[in-house]
Amino acid sequence: MLASTFDGDQSGTTGGVPASEGAMVAVRSVDVTFRTRSRTVHALSGIDMTIAPGEFLSIAGPSGCGKSTLLRVVAGLTRTSAGQVTLRGTPVVGPRRDVGFVFQRAALLDWRDARGNILFQAEMRGLPKAWARRRADELIEITGLTGFEKAMPFELSGGMQQRVSLCRALLHEPDLLLMDEPFGALDALTRENMNVELRRIWEATGMTVMLVTHSVTEAVYLGSRAIVMGPRPGRVIEEFPIGIPGHREYEPTLESPEFQRLSGRIRGLLGSGAG
Amino acid sequence: MTQQAQYASPVPPVPLTEDAPGRRRRASRGAIAAVYPLTFLVLLVVTWFFVTATELVEPYIIPSPGDTWRAFADYPDYLWEHTLVTMGETIAGFAIAGVVGILFAVLMVYSSTLEKTFYPLILFAQVIPKIAIAPLFVVWLGFGASPKILVAVLMAFFPVVISGISGLRSVDPELLELTSTMGASPVRTFWKVRLPAALPELLSGLKVAATLAVTGAVVGEFVGANSGLGYVILQANGNLDTAMLFAALIIMSVVGILLFAVIQVAEVFLIPWHASRRNRR
Repeated sequence: MLASTFDGDQSGTTGGVPASEGAMVAVRSVDVTFRTRSRTVHALSGIDMTIAPGEFLSIAGPSGCGKSTLLRVVAGLTRTSAGQVTLRGTPVVGPRRDVGFVFQRAALLDWRDARGNILFQAEMRGLPKAWARRRADELIEITGLTGFEKAMPFELSGGMQQRVSLCRALLHEPDLLLMDEPFGALDALTRENMNVELRRIWEATGMTVMLVTHSVTEAVYLGSRAIVMGPRPGRVIEEFPIGIPGHREYEPTLESPEFQRLSGRIRGLLGSGAG
Repeated sequence: MTQQAQYASPVPPVPLTEDAPGRRRRASRGAIAAVYPLTFLVLLVVTWFFVTATELVEPYIIPSPGDTWRAFADYPDYLWEHTLVTMGETIAGFAIAGVVGILFAVLMVYSSTLEKTFYPLILFAQVIPKIAIAPLFVVWLGFGASPKILVAVLMAFFPVVISGISGLRSVDPELLELTSTMGASPVRTFWKVRLPAALPELLSGLKVAATLAVTGAVVGEFVGANSGLGYVILQANGNLDTAMLFAALIIMSVVGILLFAVIQVAEVFLIPWHASRRNRR
Protein backbone atom coordinates (compact mmCIF):
# COMPACT_ATOMS: atom_id res chain seq x y z
CA MET A 1 0.00 0.00 0.00
CA LEU A 2 2.14 2.86 1.25
CA ALA A 3 5.29 0.93 0.72
CA SER A 4 4.65 0.90 -2.98
CA THR A 5 4.64 4.68 -3.27
CA PHE A 6 7.87 4.75 -1.35
CA ASP A 7 9.47 2.11 -3.50
CA GLY A 8 8.84 4.36 -6.44
CA ASP A 9 10.43 7.31 -4.69
CA GLN A 10 13.38 5.22 -3.70
CA SER A 11 14.24 4.08 -7.17
CA GLY A 12 14.08 7.72 -8.22
CA THR A 13 16.60 8.90 -5.68
CA THR A 14 19.06 6.05 -5.58
CA GLY A 15 19.22 5.78 -9.34
CA GLY A 16 21.62 8.70 -9.63
CA VAL A 17 24.12 7.67 -6.93
CA PRO A 18 27.67 7.91 -8.26
CA ALA A 19 29.37 4.59 -7.78
CA SER A 20 32.23 5.85 -5.61
CA GLU A 21 32.89 2.68 -3.65
CA GLY A 22 29.14 2.39 -3.36
CA ALA A 23 29.24 4.03 0.07
CA MET A 24 26.58 6.46 1.23
CA VAL A 25 28.85 7.96 3.84
CA ALA A 26 32.61 7.53 4.19
CA VAL A 27 34.35 8.98 7.22
CA ARG A 28 38.14 8.92 6.95
CA SER A 29 40.44 9.65 9.96
CA VAL A 30 38.27 12.48 11.15
CA ASP A 31 39.38 14.60 14.09
CA VAL A 32 37.32 17.42 15.54
CA THR A 33 38.83 19.70 18.16
CA PHE A 34 37.01 22.55 19.83
CA ARG A 35 39.15 25.26 21.36
CA THR A 36 37.65 27.33 24.12
CA ARG A 37 39.59 29.99 25.99
CA SER A 38 40.50 27.68 28.84
CA ARG A 39 40.92 24.31 27.18
CA THR A 40 40.92 22.17 24.09
CA VAL A 41 38.31 19.46 23.68
CA HIS A 42 38.91 16.49 21.42
CA ALA A 43 35.33 15.87 20.41
CA LEU A 44 36.26 13.26 17.82
CA SER A 45 39.52 11.43 17.31
CA GLY A 46 40.48 9.16 14.44
CA ILE A 47 36.99 8.25 13.32
CA ASP A 48 36.80 5.84 10.41
CA MET A 49 33.57 4.37 9.17
CA THR A 50 31.66 3.53 6.05
CA ILE A 51 27.91 3.45 5.80
CA ALA A 52 26.34 1.53 2.94
CA PRO A 53 23.21 2.72 1.17
CA GLY A 54 20.11 1.44 2.91
CA GLU A 55 21.87 0.85 6.19
CA PHE A 56 20.40 1.88 9.55
CA LEU A 57 23.31 2.82 11.75
CA SER A 58 22.67 3.33 15.46
CA ILE A 59 25.28 5.30 17.36
CA ALA A 60 25.23 4.83 21.12
CA GLY A 61 27.51 6.30 23.74
CA PRO A 62 27.64 8.29 26.95
CA SER A 63 27.25 12.05 26.99
CA GLY A 64 30.27 13.87 25.62
CA CYS A 65 31.47 11.02 23.42
CA GLY A 66 31.08 13.16 20.31
CA LYS A 67 28.23 11.18 18.75
CA SER A 68 26.23 14.33 18.01
CA THR A 69 29.36 15.97 16.63
CA LEU A 70 29.82 13.02 14.28
CA LEU A 71 26.30 13.52 12.94
CA ARG A 72 26.89 17.24 12.51
CA VAL A 73 30.16 16.59 10.69
CA VAL A 74 28.38 14.30 8.23
CA ALA A 75 25.72 16.99 7.62
CA GLY A 76 28.43 19.62 7.17
CA LEU A 77 27.23 21.66 10.14
CA THR A 78 30.53 21.23 11.98
CA ARG A 79 33.94 21.40 10.32
CA THR A 80 36.50 18.66 10.71
CA SER A 81 39.91 19.57 12.13
CA ALA A 82 41.48 16.73 10.18
CA GLY A 83 40.35 13.96 7.88
CA GLN A 84 37.55 13.89 5.37
CA VAL A 85 33.91 12.96 5.08
CA THR A 86 32.34 12.09 1.78
CA LEU A 87 28.64 11.76 1.16
CA ARG A 88 27.68 9.81 -1.95
CA GLY A 89 31.24 10.25 -3.13
CA THR A 90 31.43 14.03 -2.84
CA PRO A 91 33.43 15.62 0.00
CA VAL A 92 31.47 17.42 2.70
CA VAL A 93 32.69 21.02 2.84
CA GLY A 94 29.62 22.90 4.06
CA PRO A 95 26.01 22.27 5.07
CA ARG A 96 24.70 19.49 2.84
CA ARG A 97 21.38 19.74 1.08
CA ASP A 98 21.02 16.02 0.41
CA VAL A 99 20.34 15.12 4.05
CA GLY A 100 17.33 15.30 6.32
CA PHE A 101 18.03 16.32 9.90
CA VAL A 102 15.93 15.64 13.00
CA PHE A 103 16.99 17.24 16.28
CA GLN A 104 16.09 16.23 19.81
CA ARG A 105 13.72 19.18 19.96
CA ALA A 106 11.25 19.35 17.11
CA ALA A 107 12.39 22.92 16.25
CA LEU A 108 9.14 23.79 14.47
CA LEU A 109 8.00 27.19 13.26
CA ASP A 110 5.53 28.33 15.93
CA TRP A 111 3.54 30.35 13.40
CA ARG A 112 2.76 27.53 10.99
CA ASP A 113 0.46 24.56 11.33
CA ALA A 114 1.74 21.00 11.05
CA ARG A 115 1.33 20.89 7.27
CA GLY A 116 2.93 24.32 6.85
CA ASN A 117 5.89 23.15 8.89
CA ILE A 118 6.33 20.10 6.70
CA LEU A 119 6.05 22.16 3.52
CA PHE A 120 8.61 24.62 4.91
CA GLN A 121 11.27 22.23 3.66
CA ALA A 122 9.89 22.48 0.11
CA GLU A 123 9.51 26.26 0.19
CA MET A 124 13.07 26.80 1.34
CA ARG A 125 14.34 24.51 -1.40
CA GLY A 126 12.05 25.92 -4.06
CA LEU A 127 10.57 22.50 -4.86
CA PRO A 128 7.49 22.31 -7.10
CA LYS A 129 4.45 23.14 -4.98
CA ALA A 130 2.02 20.54 -6.27
CA TRP A 131 4.58 17.78 -5.90
CA ALA A 132 5.49 18.92 -2.37
CA ARG A 133 1.84 18.97 -1.32
CA ARG A 134 1.29 15.43 -2.54
CA ARG A 135 4.45 14.26 -0.84
CA ALA A 136 3.45 16.00 2.43
CA ASP A 137 0.06 14.29 2.38
CA GLU A 138 1.78 10.95 1.88
CA LEU A 139 4.10 11.53 4.82
CA ILE A 140 1.26 12.80 7.02
CA GLU A 141 -0.54 9.54 6.40
CA ILE A 142 2.52 7.37 6.96
CA THR A 143 3.46 9.02 10.25
CA GLY A 144 -0.08 9.02 11.60
CA LEU A 145 -0.54 12.77 11.56
CA THR A 146 -3.82 12.57 9.66
CA GLY A 147 -6.35 14.88 11.29
CA PHE A 148 -3.61 17.06 12.78
CA GLU A 149 -2.57 18.81 9.55
CA LYS A 150 -4.01 22.13 10.68
CA ALA A 151 -2.88 21.93 14.31
CA MET A 152 -0.42 24.56 15.46
CA PRO A 153 2.78 23.32 17.17
CA PHE A 154 1.59 24.49 20.60
CA GLU A 155 -1.50 22.35 20.20
CA LEU A 156 0.56 19.21 19.53
CA SER A 157 2.08 16.80 22.04
CA GLY A 158 5.84 16.23 22.04
CA GLY A 159 5.42 13.01 20.06
CA MET A 160 3.24 14.67 17.46
CA GLN A 161 5.67 17.57 17.12
CA GLN A 162 8.49 15.12 16.52
CA ARG A 163 6.41 13.37 13.85
CA VAL A 164 6.03 16.72 12.09
CA SER A 165 9.77 17.22 12.37
CA LEU A 166 10.34 13.76 10.87
CA CYS A 167 7.97 14.49 7.97
CA ARG A 168 9.81 17.75 7.34
CA ALA A 169 13.13 15.88 7.27
CA LEU A 170 11.77 13.34 4.79
CA LEU A 171 9.85 15.69 2.50
CA HIS A 172 12.62 16.22 -0.05
CA GLU A 173 13.42 12.50 -0.20
CA PRO A 174 16.91 12.86 1.23
CA ASP A 175 19.49 10.17 0.58
CA LEU A 176 20.46 10.20 4.22
CA LEU A 177 18.37 10.79 7.31
CA LEU A 178 20.34 12.06 10.31
CA MET A 179 18.65 11.86 13.69
CA ASP A 180 20.19 13.32 16.83
CA GLU A 181 18.43 11.74 19.83
CA PRO A 182 15.09 12.40 18.16
CA PHE A 183 13.01 10.66 20.82
CA GLY A 184 15.09 11.62 23.86
CA ALA A 185 12.55 14.11 25.14
CA LEU A 186 9.53 11.82 24.79
CA ASP A 187 7.89 9.66 27.44
CA ALA A 188 8.67 5.94 27.36
CA LEU A 189 5.44 4.82 25.72
CA THR A 190 5.47 7.48 22.98
CA ARG A 191 9.11 6.66 22.39
CA GLU A 192 8.28 3.00 21.87
CA ASN A 193 5.56 3.88 19.37
CA MET A 194 7.87 6.20 17.50
CA ASN A 195 10.53 3.48 17.38
CA VAL A 196 8.08 1.05 15.85
CA GLU A 197 6.96 3.61 13.30
CA LEU A 198 10.47 4.65 12.38
CA ARG A 199 11.42 1.02 11.90
CA ARG A 200 8.34 0.48 9.73
CA ILE A 201 9.15 3.55 7.62
CA TRP A 202 12.74 2.43 7.21
CA GLU A 203 11.68 -1.10 6.26
CA ALA A 204 9.29 0.34 3.69
CA THR A 205 11.68 2.84 2.15
CA GLY A 206 15.13 1.35 2.54
CA MET A 207 16.62 4.79 3.12
CA THR A 208 19.94 5.28 4.88
CA VAL A 209 19.69 6.40 8.50
CA MET A 210 22.21 7.48 11.12
CA LEU A 211 20.60 7.61 14.54
CA VAL A 212 22.30 8.95 17.67
CA THR A 213 20.74 7.68 20.86
CA HIS A 214 21.27 7.20 24.56
CA SER A 215 18.95 4.25 24.62
CA VAL A 216 20.50 0.83 24.09
CA THR A 217 17.07 -0.68 23.40
CA GLU A 218 16.41 1.91 20.70
CA ALA A 219 19.86 1.39 19.17
CA VAL A 220 19.49 -2.39 18.89
CA TYR A 221 15.81 -2.51 17.96
CA LEU A 222 16.18 -0.01 15.12
CA GLY A 223 19.67 -0.53 13.78
CA SER A 224 21.03 -2.86 11.18
CA ARG A 225 24.38 -2.02 12.75
CA ALA A 226 25.31 -0.33 16.01
CA ILE A 227 28.39 1.64 16.93
CA VAL A 228 29.40 2.29 20.52
CA MET A 229 31.44 5.39 21.16
CA GLY A 230 33.47 6.46 24.17
CA PRO A 231 34.42 9.89 25.50
CA ARG A 232 37.61 11.93 25.92
CA PRO A 233 38.56 11.77 23.12
CA GLY A 234 35.39 10.83 21.25
CA ARG A 235 36.15 7.56 19.46
CA VAL A 236 34.56 4.36 18.25
CA ILE A 237 34.97 1.60 20.84
CA GLU A 238 33.20 -1.20 19.08
CA GLU A 239 30.85 -2.00 16.30
CA PHE A 240 28.11 -4.66 16.15
CA PRO A 241 26.20 -5.96 13.18
CA ILE A 242 22.68 -6.58 14.42
CA GLY A 243 21.70 -9.95 13.06
CA ILE A 244 17.96 -9.73 13.50
CA PRO A 245 16.74 -10.12 9.95
CA GLY A 246 13.55 -8.94 8.32
CA HIS A 247 10.55 -7.27 9.88
CA ARG A 248 10.94 -6.61 13.60
CA GLU A 249 7.84 -6.79 15.77
CA TYR A 250 8.53 -4.80 18.92
CA GLU A 251 7.88 -7.24 21.78
CA PRO A 252 9.20 -10.40 20.09
CA THR A 253 12.33 -8.59 18.97
CA LEU A 254 13.06 -7.32 22.47
CA GLU A 255 12.62 -10.84 23.83
CA SER A 256 14.80 -12.51 21.19
CA PRO A 257 18.14 -13.97 22.38
CA GLU A 258 20.11 -12.00 19.79
CA PHE A 259 18.58 -8.75 21.03
CA GLN A 260 19.30 -9.66 24.64
CA ARG A 261 22.88 -10.67 23.85
CA LEU A 262 23.66 -7.47 21.94
CA SER A 263 21.97 -5.15 24.44
CA GLY A 264 23.89 -6.83 27.23
CA ARG A 265 27.22 -6.39 25.47
CA ILE A 266 26.53 -2.77 24.58
CA ARG A 267 25.38 -1.99 28.13
CA GLY A 268 28.58 -3.57 29.42
CA LEU A 269 30.68 -1.42 27.09
CA LEU A 270 28.81 1.74 27.99
CA GLY A 271 29.23 0.94 31.68
CA SER A 272 33.01 0.62 31.36
CA GLY A 273 33.48 3.17 28.60
CA ALA A 274 31.62 5.87 30.47
CA GLY A 275 33.74 5.49 33.60
CA MET B 1 -47.01 20.88 18.65
CA THR B 2 -46.53 19.11 21.91
CA GLN B 3 -45.66 19.94 25.44
CA GLN B 4 -42.01 20.18 24.58
CA ALA B 5 -42.64 23.00 22.17
CA GLN B 6 -44.74 24.83 24.76
CA TYR B 7 -42.04 24.54 27.35
CA ALA B 8 -39.40 25.51 24.92
CA SER B 9 -41.11 28.59 23.57
CA PRO B 10 -40.42 31.08 26.41
CA VAL B 11 -36.72 30.32 26.25
CA PRO B 12 -34.89 32.43 23.66
CA PRO B 13 -33.36 30.26 20.98
CA VAL B 14 -29.68 29.58 21.55
CA PRO B 15 -27.55 29.03 18.49
CA LEU B 16 -26.14 25.56 18.71
CA THR B 17 -22.98 26.15 16.73
CA GLU B 18 -19.91 24.73 18.33
CA ASP B 19 -18.05 27.89 19.18
CA ALA B 20 -21.00 30.09 20.13
CA PRO B 21 -20.72 29.56 23.90
CA GLY B 22 -16.97 30.10 23.76
CA ARG B 23 -17.32 33.31 21.78
CA ARG B 24 -19.98 34.51 24.18
CA ARG B 25 -17.88 33.76 27.20
CA ARG B 26 -14.97 35.56 25.59
CA ALA B 27 -17.06 38.62 24.85
CA SER B 28 -18.51 38.78 28.36
CA ARG B 29 -15.06 38.25 29.84
CA GLY B 30 -13.87 41.21 27.78
CA ALA B 31 -16.72 43.29 29.10
CA ILE B 32 -15.89 42.32 32.68
CA ALA B 33 -12.24 43.21 32.11
CA ALA B 34 -13.33 46.66 30.92
CA VAL B 35 -15.44 47.18 34.07
CA TYR B 36 -12.43 47.57 36.37
CA PRO B 37 -10.64 50.45 34.64
CA LEU B 38 -14.00 52.11 33.85
CA THR B 39 -15.09 51.95 37.50
CA PHE B 40 -11.79 53.44 38.52
CA LEU B 41 -12.14 56.17 35.91
CA VAL B 42 -15.65 57.04 37.13
CA LEU B 43 -14.40 57.18 40.73
CA LEU B 44 -11.61 59.46 39.63
CA VAL B 45 -13.99 61.81 37.83
CA VAL B 46 -16.35 61.82 40.82
CA THR B 47 -13.47 62.69 43.15
CA TRP B 48 -12.36 65.34 40.69
CA PHE B 49 -15.89 66.73 40.60
CA PHE B 50 -16.16 66.68 44.41
CA VAL B 51 -12.80 68.40 44.94
CA THR B 52 -13.64 71.22 42.53
CA ALA B 53 -17.33 71.57 43.52
CA THR B 54 -16.47 72.02 47.18
CA GLU B 55 -13.68 74.43 46.16
CA LEU B 56 -11.09 72.54 48.16
CA VAL B 57 -8.70 73.67 45.46
CA GLU B 58 -8.80 76.93 43.51
CA PRO B 59 -10.34 76.51 40.00
CA TYR B 60 -7.23 77.94 38.33
CA ILE B 61 -5.20 75.10 39.86
CA ILE B 62 -7.63 72.30 39.06
CA PRO B 63 -10.54 73.12 36.73
CA SER B 64 -13.86 71.40 37.30
CA PRO B 65 -14.95 68.59 34.96
CA GLY B 66 -17.63 70.96 33.69
CA ASP B 67 -15.10 73.64 32.79
CA THR B 68 -12.91 71.09 31.06
CA TRP B 69 -15.88 69.83 29.09
CA ARG B 70 -16.70 73.42 28.14
CA ALA B 71 -13.17 73.83 26.76
CA PHE B 72 -13.93 70.91 24.43
CA ALA B 73 -17.41 72.17 23.60
CA ASP B 74 -16.50 75.83 23.03
CA TYR B 75 -13.37 75.33 20.95
CA PRO B 76 -13.85 72.10 19.00
CA ASP B 77 -12.31 73.45 15.77
CA TYR B 78 -9.32 74.94 17.57
CA LEU B 79 -8.59 71.69 19.44
CA TRP B 80 -9.21 69.50 16.38
CA GLU B 81 -6.87 71.56 14.23
CA HIS B 82 -4.01 71.29 16.75
CA THR B 83 -4.76 67.64 17.47
CA LEU B 84 -4.34 66.89 13.77
CA VAL B 85 -0.96 68.63 13.76
CA THR B 86 0.30 66.64 16.74
CA MET B 87 -1.16 63.41 15.38
CA GLY B 88 0.55 63.99 12.06
CA GLU B 89 3.91 64.58 13.72
CA THR B 90 3.44 61.59 16.00
CA ILE B 91 2.50 59.18 13.21
CA ALA B 92 5.31 60.45 10.95
CA GLY B 93 7.81 60.14 13.80
CA PHE B 94 6.57 56.69 14.75
CA ALA B 95 6.61 55.45 11.15
CA ILE B 96 10.14 56.72 10.51
CA ALA B 97 11.37 55.32 13.84
CA GLY B 98 9.73 51.99 13.02
CA VAL B 99 11.24 51.64 9.56
CA VAL B 100 14.69 52.98 10.44
CA GLY B 101 14.71 51.08 13.75
CA ILE B 102 13.92 47.75 12.13
CA LEU B 103 16.46 48.43 9.39
CA PHE B 104 19.19 49.15 11.95
CA ALA B 105 18.22 46.09 13.98
CA VAL B 106 18.51 43.88 10.88
CA LEU B 107 21.87 45.39 9.87
CA MET B 108 23.25 45.03 13.39
CA VAL B 109 22.11 41.43 13.75
CA TYR B 110 23.68 40.44 10.42
CA SER B 111 26.95 42.36 10.79
CA SER B 112 28.93 42.47 13.99
CA THR B 113 31.04 45.28 12.54
CA LEU B 114 27.95 47.43 12.07
CA GLU B 115 26.76 46.47 15.53
CA LYS B 116 30.03 47.54 17.11
CA THR B 117 29.89 50.77 15.12
CA PHE B 118 26.29 51.77 15.76
CA TYR B 119 25.39 50.33 19.14
CA PRO B 120 27.38 52.81 21.28
CA LEU B 121 26.12 55.72 19.18
CA ILE B 122 22.51 54.60 19.48
CA LEU B 123 22.90 54.21 23.22
CA PHE B 124 24.51 57.66 23.37
CA ALA B 125 21.62 59.17 21.42
CA GLN B 126 19.21 57.51 23.81
CA VAL B 127 20.74 58.78 27.05
CA ILE B 128 20.85 62.40 25.90
CA PRO B 129 17.71 64.07 27.31
CA LYS B 130 15.62 64.75 24.19
CA ILE B 131 14.24 67.96 25.63
CA ALA B 132 17.80 69.26 25.87
CA ILE B 133 18.54 68.77 22.17
CA ALA B 134 15.13 69.83 20.91
CA PRO B 135 16.13 73.54 20.81
CA LEU B 136 19.05 72.59 18.61
CA PHE B 137 16.67 70.93 16.14
CA VAL B 138 14.63 74.14 16.00
CA VAL B 139 17.80 76.06 15.18
CA TRP B 140 18.65 73.55 12.46
CA LEU B 141 15.24 72.85 11.01
CA GLY B 142 13.11 75.89 11.85
CA PHE B 143 9.60 76.07 13.28
CA GLY B 144 7.91 73.62 10.91
CA ALA B 145 6.92 70.03 11.58
CA SER B 146 10.36 68.53 10.94
CA PRO B 147 12.04 69.28 14.31
CA LYS B 148 9.01 67.81 16.15
CA ILE B 149 9.06 64.71 13.96
CA LEU B 150 12.78 64.39 14.60
CA VAL B 151 12.30 64.47 18.39
CA ALA B 152 9.50 61.90 18.06
CA VAL B 153 11.79 59.70 15.94
CA LEU B 154 14.59 59.94 18.47
CA MET B 155 12.26 59.01 21.33
CA ALA B 156 10.63 56.10 19.53
CA PHE B 157 13.72 54.75 17.77
CA PHE B 158 15.46 53.12 20.73
CA PRO B 159 12.78 50.62 21.84
CA VAL B 160 12.31 49.54 18.20
CA VAL B 161 16.02 48.83 17.69
CA ILE B 162 16.46 47.06 21.00
CA SER B 163 13.36 44.88 20.63
CA GLY B 164 14.22 44.24 16.98
CA ILE B 165 17.73 43.05 17.79
CA SER B 166 16.64 40.81 20.63
CA GLY B 167 13.71 39.50 18.57
CA LEU B 168 15.87 38.65 15.55
CA ARG B 169 18.34 36.93 17.87
CA SER B 170 15.65 34.87 19.59
CA VAL B 171 15.46 32.46 16.64
CA ASP B 172 16.06 28.84 17.56
CA PRO B 173 19.68 28.19 16.43
CA GLU B 174 18.74 24.64 15.42
CA LEU B 175 16.13 26.08 13.09
CA LEU B 176 18.82 28.18 11.43
CA GLU B 177 21.07 25.13 11.07
CA LEU B 178 18.17 23.30 9.54
CA THR B 179 17.63 26.04 6.98
CA SER B 180 21.32 25.84 6.12
CA THR B 181 20.79 22.20 5.11
CA MET B 182 17.89 23.38 2.94
CA GLY B 183 20.18 25.51 0.82
CA ALA B 184 17.93 28.54 1.20
CA SER B 185 19.26 32.02 0.54
CA PRO B 186 19.81 34.29 3.57
CA VAL B 187 17.05 36.54 2.22
CA ARG B 188 14.54 33.72 2.18
CA THR B 189 15.64 32.61 5.65
CA PHE B 190 15.10 36.17 6.85
CA TRP B 191 11.55 36.43 5.54
CA LYS B 192 10.45 32.91 6.41
CA VAL B 193 12.21 32.35 9.73
CA ARG B 194 13.97 35.32 11.29
CA LEU B 195 11.35 38.03 10.84
CA PRO B 196 8.32 35.98 11.94
CA ALA B 197 10.27 34.78 14.99
CA ALA B 198 11.16 38.39 15.84
CA LEU B 199 7.59 39.71 15.54
CA PRO B 200 6.42 39.21 19.14
CA GLU B 201 9.32 41.16 20.61
CA LEU B 202 9.30 43.68 17.80
CA LEU B 203 5.62 44.46 18.35
CA SER B 204 6.24 44.97 22.09
CA GLY B 205 8.93 47.47 21.18
CA LEU B 206 6.60 49.19 18.71
CA LYS B 207 3.96 49.57 21.44
CA VAL B 208 6.44 51.33 23.69
CA ALA B 209 7.60 53.40 20.73
CA ALA B 210 4.02 54.48 19.92
CA THR B 211 3.50 56.05 23.34
CA LEU B 212 6.93 57.67 23.27
CA ALA B 213 6.32 59.18 19.83
CA VAL B 214 3.46 61.27 21.24
CA THR B 215 5.71 62.55 24.01
CA GLY B 216 8.41 63.33 21.46
CA ALA B 217 6.08 65.35 19.24
CA VAL B 218 4.78 67.39 22.20
CA VAL B 219 8.28 67.98 23.55
CA GLY B 220 9.24 69.27 20.12
CA GLU B 221 6.24 71.60 20.17
CA PHE B 222 7.15 72.92 23.61
CA VAL B 223 10.45 74.19 22.32
CA GLY B 224 9.17 76.19 19.43
CA ALA B 225 5.87 75.91 17.62
CA ASN B 226 2.81 77.84 16.57
CA SER B 227 0.57 74.80 16.28
CA GLY B 228 0.00 71.42 17.88
CA LEU B 229 -1.17 70.30 21.32
CA GLY B 230 2.14 71.29 22.91
CA TYR B 231 1.51 74.83 21.63
CA VAL B 232 -2.06 74.68 22.99
CA ILE B 233 -0.71 73.71 26.41
CA LEU B 234 1.84 76.53 26.41
CA GLN B 235 -0.84 79.05 25.38
CA ALA B 236 -3.30 77.79 27.97
CA ASN B 237 -0.59 77.86 30.61
CA GLY B 238 0.21 81.48 29.76
CA ASN B 239 -3.46 82.41 30.15
CA LEU B 240 -3.88 80.35 33.34
CA ASP B 241 -6.57 78.51 31.36
CA THR B 242 -6.19 75.18 33.13
CA ALA B 243 -9.46 73.88 31.67
CA MET B 244 -7.97 74.12 28.16
CA LEU B 245 -4.73 72.63 29.47
CA PHE B 246 -6.62 69.65 30.84
CA ALA B 247 -8.50 69.27 27.57
CA ALA B 248 -5.21 69.16 25.64
CA LEU B 249 -3.75 66.63 28.10
CA ILE B 250 -6.78 64.37 27.68
CA ILE B 251 -6.52 64.51 23.87
CA MET B 252 -2.79 63.72 24.02
CA SER B 253 -3.36 60.60 26.06
CA VAL B 254 -6.15 59.53 23.71
CA VAL B 255 -3.81 59.91 20.72
CA GLY B 256 -1.22 57.73 22.47
CA ILE B 257 -3.78 55.11 23.42
CA LEU B 258 -5.17 55.01 19.88
CA LEU B 259 -1.75 54.35 18.36
CA PHE B 260 -1.09 51.71 21.02
CA ALA B 261 -4.45 50.08 20.24
CA VAL B 262 -3.65 49.91 16.52
CA ILE B 263 -0.57 47.81 17.28
CA GLN B 264 -2.51 45.73 19.77
CA VAL B 265 -4.99 44.91 16.99
CA ALA B 266 -2.12 44.18 14.61
CA GLU B 267 -0.85 41.61 17.12
CA VAL B 268 -4.10 39.69 16.90
CA PHE B 269 -3.54 39.22 13.17
CA LEU B 270 0.26 38.94 13.07
CA ILE B 271 1.05 36.72 16.04
CA PRO B 272 -2.06 34.73 17.00
CA TRP B 273 0.27 31.79 17.61
CA HIS B 274 2.33 33.53 20.27
CA ALA B 275 1.97 32.61 23.95
CA SER B 276 1.14 36.20 24.90
CA ARG B 277 -1.99 36.05 22.74
CA ARG B 278 -2.89 32.37 23.11
CA ASN B 279 -3.64 32.64 26.84
CA ARG B 280 -6.21 35.33 26.24
CA ARG B 281 -8.67 33.04 24.57
